[in-house]
Amino acid sequence: MIHWKKLATTTALTLAAFATPAMAQLSVDVTDESASSLKIAVPVLPTQQSVQTPAGTTDELGRKIAEVIASDLKGSGLFEPSGPGGLPGVTVPEVTFPSYDKWSSYEALVQGFVRSTGGNADITVGCYLYDVALKSELTRQGYVVSPGDWRRAAHKCADAIYARLSGESPFFDSRIAYIAESGPKDKRVKRLAIMDSDGANHRFITNGQSLALTPRFSPDYKSIVYVSYLNNRVRIYVYDIGTGKQRLVTESSNATFAPRWSPDGRNILFSMAVAGNTDIYRVSAQGGAPVRLTTSPAIDVGGSYSPDGSKIVFESDRSGGQQLYVMNADGSSQQRISHGGGRYATPEWSPRGDLIAFTKISGDFKVAVMSPNGGNERILTNGWQDEQPTWSPNGRVLQFFRTSAGRSGGSQVWQVDLTGVNERRIPTPLNGSDPAWGPLLP
Amino acid sequence: MNALSRSLLMATAVISLVACAKKPPKELPPAPVDNTMPADTGATTGGVVKGSQEDFVASVQSDRILFGTDKFDVDAQSQGILQSQAQWLQANPNIRVTIEGHADERGTRDYNLALGEKRANSAKNFLASLGIDSSRMTTISYGKERPAALGSDESAWAQNRRAVTVTVQY
Repeated sequence: MIHWKKLATTTALTLAAFATPAMAQLSVDVTDESASSLKIAVPVLPTQQSVQTPAGTTDELGRKIAEVIASDLKGSGLFEPSGPGGLPGVTVPEVTFPSYDKWSSYEALVQGFVRSTGGNADITVGCYLYDVALKSELTRQGYVVSPGDWRRAAHKCADAIYARLSGESPFFDSRIAYIAESGPKDKRVKRLAIMDSDGANHRFITNGQSLALTPRFSPDYKSIVYVSYLNNRVRIYVYDIGTGKQRLVTESSNATFAPRWSPDGRNILFSMAVAGNTDIYRVSAQGGAPVRLTTSPAIDVGGSYSPDGSKIVFESDRSGGQQLYVMNADGSSQQRISHGGGRYATPEWSPRGDLIAFTKISGDFKVAVMSPNGGNERILTNGWQDEQPTWSPNGRVLQFFRTSAGRSGGSQVWQVDLTGVNERRIPTPLNGSDPAWGPLLP
Repeated sequence: MNALSRSLLMATAVISLVACAKKPPKELPPAPVDNTMPADTGATTGGVVKGSQEDFVASVQSDRILFGTDKFDVDAQSQGILQSQAQWLQANPNIRVTIEGHADERGTRDYNLALGEKRANSAKNFLASLGIDSSRMTTISYGKERPAALGSDESAWAQNRRAVTVTVQY
């Protein structure tokens, strides 16, 4: 089992580090949940000559990019970033030749620059990571983006830092599909919406006239599959982000819900109730005849593919209460994997393949993880109702929605890492539920 | 007969529902005649349009049946309610209904949609067994999306685990 802990940060030096940068001494790792976070300074990214772009001056962008980098790193729980506010300024020549003495109270230093010829021209963002104690460069990256995509350059820089220091795959530069909620509890308005992984670049997609539920980005981010109550029926649609048009996944008089993409985007797993009995089916994303995968008279619902597409974890109450089962992608060899107390729901296979996240129900709802064989169950959250975890692209962080009790209760999108220690709310303009994390952007 | 008192077991539940009574069955104007008699030939009785949702609610024991946690069986009390609904449907043969299945907030979203489907179909199947043509009945599950009672307590959850018969009006 993978145990994600924050690393004791270390500045132990080995000369080998210079020869093999991939083995830098400075690192964040995870075997000690109580370890302190790595102190990292993120000063404003300077610009040689401030010019105007549609997204602001390059001076302003240098500050905003530093803010996003610091926010991303803080949200991961592995770092204790400072800046850009309160930190000394950096000149452009310093970016590649750091004044290490200025940063002696930090373990790591992020510097960079913003360059543009002005107007709509692409901006170039440089991103450098230094080990302060060793006075050595750990990585450098450059990004050329349109001015309006400056946040993506910031996320890519934070991803490079995170990956370099943790040894894990990056995840900040990714997007979330979710349901924006407003209105009273018995007349909740639910709208399909999308945003960056940190809540920025928010956009509503549906207008709220029909209930929208359980969206999922396609692996290529070109479309979203979700449930809509359009025409007072419960049916799955594929919404094309480019054209703004949507189509039914399958023509049926039965209710269809709980849609999920296969990892290659070619198939959609879904649940369909026929004469009241819900089973799990698969259909080509292009349409066609659905293939039935489960046949139990009990409720079989949801499901999530293993990253290689060979297996599906799903929930069923065939034993009397909701439990988790794994089957082959063709529906064969269905075997129960959850055996603890309480009920188990909404399983999601990690993109790394090593864990399954789920909702543990024992009165309250908790977000929890287990190994695909059912072992090593760990509860990560402690809200009243923490429901429906979704994995970050690197399988190290989960988002979910947390609902508060009572007639004025509502839901918000939250994030937690695998230690369970680092939890934060994702800012959304309205309340939110059903977050679904897409893959890392190219 | 007050439909509430029949459909709810606990006095506390009755109190709490009355206290926030916004949902049908509402307090109705006094019904001067026995609405279950199919002899009415006029368009209205006491201002209630025959065949309307108002007429339906006033005529049946309750427009809804309730279920135990994670249950979808039609118990004896629910059978009585559905029998009264079947009587009205037989007296109003041109009216179609949608049966809405609902769940309380203590289940996860997808599972509750499936559970609401089972509850709506339980009611539909029982009405069909009483002779109501299935083609007059459609079902839809709202899972936990449309609670009738807004609290987060046993009383509210008991009211929300329900299948509600709604007449389709054109």
